[in-house]
Amino acid sequence: MNKPLRRIAIFCGFLVLALLIRDNWIQYVQADSLREDTENRRVAIERYATPRGDIIVGGDPITGHATTTSGDFKYKRTYKNGAMWAPVTGFVSQAFGATQLENIEDGILTGNDDRLFFRNTLDMITGKEREGGNVVTTLNAAAQKAAYSGLKERGKGAVAAIDPSTGKILALASYPSYDPSTIAGGSDSDAEAWKKLDKKNNPDDPTLNRALREVYPPGSTFKVVTAAAALENGLYDSADVKTDSPLPWIMPGTTTPLKNEGNIPCENATLREALRVSCNSVFGKVGADLGNDKMLEEAKKFGFDAEQFTPVRSSASVFSDDMNKSQTALSSIGQFNTAATPLQMAMVASAIANDGKLMKPYMVDELQAHSVDPIEKTEPEELSQPLSAKNAQILQSMMETVVKEGTGTKAQIGGDVTVGGKTGTAQHGENNSKNPYAWFLSYAKLADGSAPVAVAVVVEDDKAVRDDISGGGLAAPIAKSVMEAVINSKK
Amino acid sequence: MSSTTNPSTQHTSTIGSIGTPSRRNTELALLVFAVLIPVFAYANVGLAINDKVPPGLLSYGLGLGLLAGIGHLVVRKFAPYADPLMLPLATLLNGIGLVIIWRLDQSKRLQQSDSYVAAAPRQLLYSAMGVALLVAVLIFLKDHRVLQRYTYISMAGALFLLVLPLVPGLGADVFGAKIWIRIPGLGTLQPGEFAKIALAVFFAGYLMVKRDALALASRRFMGLYLPRGRDLGPILVVWVISIFILVFETDLGTSLLFFGMFIIMLYVATERTSWIVFGLLMSAVGAVGVASFEPHIQTRVQAWLDPAHEFKLSRAGVQDGIVHSEQAMQALWAFGSGGTLGTGLGQGNSDLIGFAANSDFILATFGEELGLAGVMAIMLLYGLIVERGVRTALAARDPFGKLLAVGLSGAFALQVFVVAGGVMGLIPLTGMTLPFVAYGGSSVIANWALIGILLRISDTARRPAPAPAPSPDAEMTQVVRPS
Repeated sequence: MNKPLRRIAIFCGFLVLALLIRDNWIQYVQADSLREDTENRRVAIERYATPRGDIIVGGDPITGHATTTSGDFKYKRTYKNGAMWAPVTGFVSQAFGATQLENIEDGILTGNDDRLFFRNTLDMITGKEREGGNVVTTLNAAAQKAAYSGLKERGKGAVAAIDPSTGKILALASYPSYDPSTIAGGSDSDAEAWKKLDKKNNPDDPTLNRALREVYPPGSTFKVVTAAAALENGLYDSADVKTDSPLPWIMPGTTTPLKNEGNIPCENATLREALRVSCNSVFGKVGADLGNDKMLEEAKKFGFDAEQFTPVRSSASVFSDDMNKSQTALSSIGQFNTAATPLQMAMVASAIANDGKLMKPYMVDELQAHSVDPIEKTEPEELSQPLSAKNAQILQSMMETVVKEGTGTKAQIGGDVTVGGKTGTAQHGENNSKNPYAWFLSYAKLADGSAPVAVAVVVEDDKAVRDDISGGGLAAPIAKSVMEAVINSKK
Repeated sequence: MSSTTNPSTQHTSTIGSIGTPSRRNTELALLVFAVLIPVFAYANVGLAINDKVPPGLLSYGLGLGLLAGIGHLVVRKFAPYADPLMLPLATLLNGIGLVIIWRLDQSKRLQQSDSYVAAAPRQLLYSAMGVALLVAVLIFLKDHRVLQRYTYISMAGALFLLVLPLVPGLGADVFGAKIWIRIPGLGTLQPGEFAKIALAVFFAGYLMVKRDALALASRRFMGLYLPRGRDLGPILVVWVISIFILVFETDLGTSLLFFGMFIIMLYVATERTSWIVFGLLMSAVGAVGVASFEPHIQTRVQAWLDPAHEFKLSRAGVQDGIVHSEQAMQALWAFGSGGTLGTGLGQGNSDLIGFAANSDFILATFGEELGLAGVMAIMLLYGLIVERGVRTALAARDPFGKLLAVGLSGAFALQVFVVAGGVMGLIPLTGMTLPFVAYGGSSVIANWALIGILLRISDTARRPAPAPAPSPDAEMTQVVRPS
């Protein structure tokens, strides 16, 4: 009987061995993937177990944290002036996850990032509670405030402002907005607020980040891109030579003339004059003459047809390929398929203001450990050179004329500040039935020749009378106040 | 038996006739550790959860120490040559289990549940009853061979216990498995745990008598010794009983346990490998056959194959007539989150498992809070108990004792494998309790009794044989003549 007994002993040994192997498999080999499984509630518990780091604007945090008593999450996020900053921060919610900057920099903010490992270990040894690191943004609080309150007065829309020489994003506003504090917790009231924000229940879609994620037809503001293409491709080499522009100009392959708004002097107008009064016929013909490929090439150099990662992703702006001449003409005045995010048009203005160099837009200046030791700093980076310095200066003088004595006079700042800009009124909807979008893009230049700010504003106002909507009337004052805010904060 | 056919091995596998150390002092020293380790663990949990040493620390330590002390004194008096490891191992597992149960009692999540009761005080009471039963076994069961007389009574008792949960008004259906009975005023009882011991006694008694017939009367076919048709009777009966349990009580674990125990004992009794082959074939046929029409078992298999999917179904509240449970996935997350060294006692979130976190799923809490290291230690403790049990079987001098010891140890090993493997996702999950550790009166009490019987067998096995009686007429006995 002892032989089978010994075999049974071995069999029982194998049973235990199988358990040990399985245990090693789930607790060692697969441990990390199980531990970090997003469905594993411990991930969320850990995220909210420590005070979340802050998002900082100009030295002051725009976020905070509060303790919650119900449930197993210890801390929740709070926001200061949340609605104004929502397009910058995104949100982080105990119940609904995280988006945008809160999501992208989650590792730093929660303190789970590998780059914080050494400091966390040190904290553990010294017995300190772990805290998340901070995200220092490039934003300018005064400019953001000017942008947000300007939109609030005038209606739906978005503002993006960039420092042309570095690509730092200075303002990023969207209206209507929402206060992320209201959905940061996990309670019933948070769920109710979340439901109200849902696009299905709220036609205003307040959680949409219009500055980065909505593409609008840019209308006449796109003419500066067309003008840049004309100069770069040598179609015209000065702002002040007469162009070959008949009036009326029949679009190639059609019998339809490209109409101008009102009775404006567009026949054979110089580029400067055509931009000042916003001639569709002149820029439409420039686009048609250059052709789809050359226009597309220039648009792409300005950043069209590509998503930008600021690091928050922006939608790709659109300039189509495979268009015929008349479609290219329409696209060159910012209609047809052409569509741009406010950030994209701010990039256009910034490249022109920065003597032709387009800097990569970014909003995170620095990542810090909780102890404010820097972990990573973003260095400005050149994205492309859409136009030469000489041509950029020509275009600058044209845009300055627009503000001085053209459609953009409402953006004048005065003193020793020179403003260059371009208005736009984009039609949309079937047969232009919907209210047009009012656009304005501009930059401000100081006496020393430096340009501290470029800005793009779009206002979509359902309430305003159709005729009243023009980039100059609605959008230019907002752009002006944003530029002033940036200039004043420099002093 | 090799001890009789091969005398040269007798001194290594069994105990010589003189000078055997009783090892009682070894047992006492080990018991000190077996009590101290849980006491420290208890203090650790209190400090981790409430930042203070739990107020019940002294009484808990004294209680556990008292149980261990009584157990030790009774063993010293009534079973002085018993195995020195089993009592400390069982005490350690029982003590650690109590600490984990108390730790889960402190969980806010579990406290919010409707079915919450403070389980630790009850478990301490059950442990005391278990040790009382151990003491009773050691005092009243002077020789395990007495049990042989009750072979068929044991069978009747086991069948009675197994049928109990099906009696209307007495049985309780808990999440699909009908293995409990409800005694008004006392709570629930799992008769299967006691039936395990009764069946082991029956099998041992029965096989001891029949083993020659089962082993020798066979035909050789394709290298296997096929038993005669009439000898197949008992294995078929046990197989039918297992299937019966599976179908009517939907308890895969108990079914597997009984059948496995029988196959092990049959193999040891007959030394015929063919029985193992038969056993495996029959259990495979039975399990697959029943699973093909029993939705409860299908769900268990689904949850085993894809726990993440089952978690999603459970969360989405899918109503398709099957109870979807997220527990399998929650248990895996608990293990994974524990990692190599664990979060430390009181600092994990294994209470997310919810229902049965302190009984069927208690190993997941070990996994999360004590980590891979802790679970491996627990598994090795179980391995030690089993191997000491098999060693007792090796040392036993009578076939009944051998069969009973190997049957009980084998069943213990299978139970640990089935429940730990189920919780860790190695095999489909079945509702069973981890011996000594999991919350549940029947399990703790029955397993203490099981240890009591093993202690008794090992005491008999290691006890020095009485000195041979002087036989002045030895010479004469050789003269045997036919008259």
